[in-house]
Amino acid sequence: MGIIVKVDLCTGCESCVNECPFGAIEIKDDVAVIGDKCNLCGACVEACPVYAIEMTEEQAGAPAADLSAYQGLWIFAEQRVGKVAPVAYELLGEGRRLADALGTELSAVLMGAGLDAEAKALIEGGADRVYLVDDASLNEFHEDTYASVLSDLIEEYKPEIVLAGATSIGRAYIPMVATKVRTGLTADCTMLGVDLEKRMLLQTRPAFGGNIMATIVCPGHRPQMATIRPGVLKRAAADPARKGEVVKSVPRARLVSKSKLLEVIEEAGHSINISEAEVIVAGGRGMGGEKGFALLKDLADALGGVVGATRAAVDSGWMPYPHQIGQTGRTVSPKLYIACGISGAIQHLAGMQSSDVIVAINKDPNATIFNVADYGIVGDVFEVVPALIKKLRESRG
Amino acid sequence: MNIAVCVKQVPDASDVKIDKATGTMVRDGVPSILNPFDAYAVEEAIALKEKHGGNVTALTMGPPQAAEVLRHVVAMGVDDVMLLSDRAFAGADTWATSYTLGLGLKRLDNLDLVICGKQAIDGDTAQVGPGVAVNLGLPFVAYVRKVIEVGGGKMKVERLIEDGYEVVEVELPAVITVVKEINSPRMPSLKGKMKAKKLEVAPLSAADLGAILENIGLPGSPTKVVKVFSPPPKGKRETLVGTPDEQVSALVDRLAGIKVI
Ligand SMILES: Cc1cc2nc3c(=O)[nH]c(=O)nc-3n(C[C@H](O)[C@H](O)[C@H](O)COP(=O)(O)OP(=O)(O)OC[C@H]3O[C@@H](n4cnc5c(N)ncnc54)[C@H](O)[C@@H]3O)c2cc1C
Ligand SMILES: Nc1ncnc2c1ncn2[C@@H]1O[C@H](COP(=O)(O)O)[C@@H](O)[C@H]1O
Repeated sequence: MGIIVKVDLCTGCESCVNECPFGAIEIKDDVAVIGDKCNLCGACVEACPVYAIEMTEEQAGAPAADLSAYQGLWIFAEQRVGKVAPVAYELLGEGRRLADALGTELSAVLMGAGLDAEAKALIEGGADRVYLVDDASLNEFHEDTYASVLSDLIEEYKPEIVLAGATSIGRAYIPMVATKVRTGLTADCTMLGVDLEKRMLLQTRPAFGGNIMATIVCPGHRPQMATIRPGVLKRAAADPARKGEVVKSVPRARLVSKSKLLEVIEEAGHSINISEAEVIVAGGRGMGGEKGFALLKDLADALGGVVGATRAAVDSGWMPYPHQIGQTGRTVSPKLYIACGISGAIQHLAGMQSSDVIVAINKDPNATIFNVADYGIVGDVFEVVPALIKKLRESRG
Repeated sequence: MNIAVCVKQVPDASDVKIDKATGTMVRDGVPSILNPFDAYAVEEAIALKEKHGGNVTALTMGPPQAAEVLRHVVAMGVDDVMLLSDRAFAGADTWATSYTLGLGLKRLDNLDLVICGKQAIDGDTAQVGPGVAVNLGLPFVAYVRKVIEVGGGKMKVERLIEDGYEVVEVELPAVITVVKEINSPRMPSLKGKMKAKKLEVAPLSAADLGAILENIGLPGSPTKVVKVFSPPPKGKRETLVGTPDEQVSALVDRLAGIKVI
C-alpha cells in the first residue's frame, strides 16, 4: 500500500477519519489505521494536521518508455449525421489555450466521409490540423471501429494529450481506446489545467455525486486522456481567416464492425438533447403532474430551452426517462438552469451542479436546492411560473 | 446463455448527508450496498437466463467484505459467484480494474454475454465496462435500455443516445452496459436468501489469476489522484422577495443584467 501512518506522530484526532471519502480509516488505540477500503486517494494526507500520514513513492507504475516522444494536443471531434457536435468546439477553445501554454500544436480528429466542410470549420474553430479519417463506414458510430481507428492514430502520431466530449459516444468508446493504448483516462472532467514544468494535464472532476472534487494526473503514461462534460468549457469565436492543414488518412485495416446499426429513433414531440441545451427548465414532484410540465414547456419555449425532470417526476410518469437529470439520469451544465418544485436531493444535484446560473423556485424556504442556487424564489410554482412566462413575453414584445 | 455480471460494492450515496457547517460529506456509518446500476445488470442477466436457459455468474473485485454483494445477488437468483480479492488489487483505477476483471472473466467457459452497470456511483466513471470489453477482445455496446431479442449468435438491443435511441444488433459474445430504464430489479427471494446464507465465497488472489503485477492495483494504474477537495460553495444564494410579479421582475432584471437571457 502506498499510504503509511507514522504511529509516533499520530494523535488519533480523527481529522483523517472524517475526510476519508471511502470510510476506510478507523482509530484503534488512539492511532489511525487504514483499512481495506482505502483507495489511496490521499485525502487523509492533506487532512492530517500533524503530518503523520504520508504517501509512499514506490506507487506510480513503471513509466512508459519515452514520454517526450509524445507531442501535440488532440481533440476528438464527434459527429452525428455529418454534423460536428458543439462540444468539439468547446474542446477546441480550451485546447487552444492549453496547447499555446504548452507550446504545442492543436489537432482535431474527425471520422466519416463527406466531412470536408466540417474539417474546415474545425480549423476556423482553432485547430492547426485536422486528421480526417475519410471512410463511409465511420459515418455511423460503432464502439469497435471507432476505438480501433483512434488507437491506431494515437500509435502512429503519438499525441501528448487527447480530449473528448463526455457524451454518449465519447464515454462509450474513449475508455476502449485508453485501455488499448495502455494509458490513463479521467472521466467527465469539469475543469482542466496544466503543470507546465512536468507537462502534466491536471484533470478535475466531481466524484461521489458531486460531493467531492478530485484532481487527477497521469504521470507515467501517454497520451494523457480525459473526457470533458459538455457545456463547461468556453468555445472560441470562429475565425474564418485561420489557416490549418487537413491530413486525410485511411483506416489501417478494412473496418468491419461486430455491431450493426439498424435504426435511429429520435424521441418524438420535443427536443430532448438536454445534455447540450443552453437553457433547461426542470421540474420535480412539486409540479404535481403532466399539467405542471406543460407549464414548464411554455416557460422553456419562452426561453428557447428544453424541459428536464427529477427522478421523482420521471418515476411518476410525468416525463419520459431521457429527460431525467441526476446521478441515474443525464448530467447537464447549461448556461441557465431553472429548478421548479425540486427539493435538491444530492442525486439530483449531481447532475446539474455545474450549470452556470441556477434559479430555484420552491415553496419550502428550507429546500436544499436553494443552497446551490444563484437566485431563489420562495413561492408557489403555479403562481411564479405563469408570472415569469408573462413577464418574458412582455419584455420580448 | 452463459452470462457474467460485474457487480461492485459502493457506499450508499442516498445515506450521505452534508455537514452544513463544514460543507463536507458525513460518512460515519454509511452502509455499503450493491451499486444501484449493477442491480439492473443482475436483473437483466437473470431474466435472460430464465428465457433462454443457461447460467449467471456474478463477479466482483474488492476487499473481502465485498462478498456481501455477492450474497445479495445470489439471493436475487444468480447461480455462481467469483470474488477477486487481494491486497495487491488495492488502489486500482479503471485500467487496472478492467484488466483484473478481464482475467476473472477469462476463467469462465463459453461466455455469451457480459453485463456491467452503466457506472459505479462512487467513482461515476463508466469506464470499466468498455475496458473489460477490450480486455476480452469482445464487441461492446454502451447504455442498453432494452434487449429486444437474442438468437443465432446475435443480440438485438436498444441503446440510449442524446436525442433518442438506436437499435443495434451485435454479435455474441459481447459486453454491454445497462441503464436504469432497462428493468425493475427483483427483490431477493426466500429461497435465494437461504442459498446466500450458505454461500461460501473463496477469494481468488492475483496469483490465482496469473496477474502481471505491473498491471494490477496501484502500480498498474496510470492515473493518480493528486488532490481531493470539497467543491467550492455554489451559487450566489440571493433570495428574491415580494409578490410573484415582483419576484419575477427582479429575476428577469438579474438574468438580463448578466446576459443569460
Ligand atoms: C441511487 C439513487 C439514484 C437517484 N438518481 C436520481 C437522479 O438521477 N435524478 C434525480 O432527480 N433524483 C434521483 N434520485 C432520487 C432523489 O433522491 C430524490 O428522491 C429526487 O430527486 C426528488 O425529486 P423532487 O425534488 O422532484 O421531489 P421532492 O423531493 O418530493 O421535492 C419536491 C419539492 O417541490 C416543492 N413543492 C411542492 N409543491 C410546490 C409548489 N406548488 N410550488 C413550489 N414548490 C413546490 C416541495 O417543497 C419540495 O421541495 C436517486 C435516488 C437514489 C437512491
Ligand atoms: N471492482 C469492481 N468489481 C466488479 N465490477 C466492477 C468493479 N468496478 C466497476 N465494475 C463494473 O463496471 C461498471 C462501471 O463502473 P465504473 O467504470 O467504475 O463507473 C459497474 O457498474 C460494474 O458493473
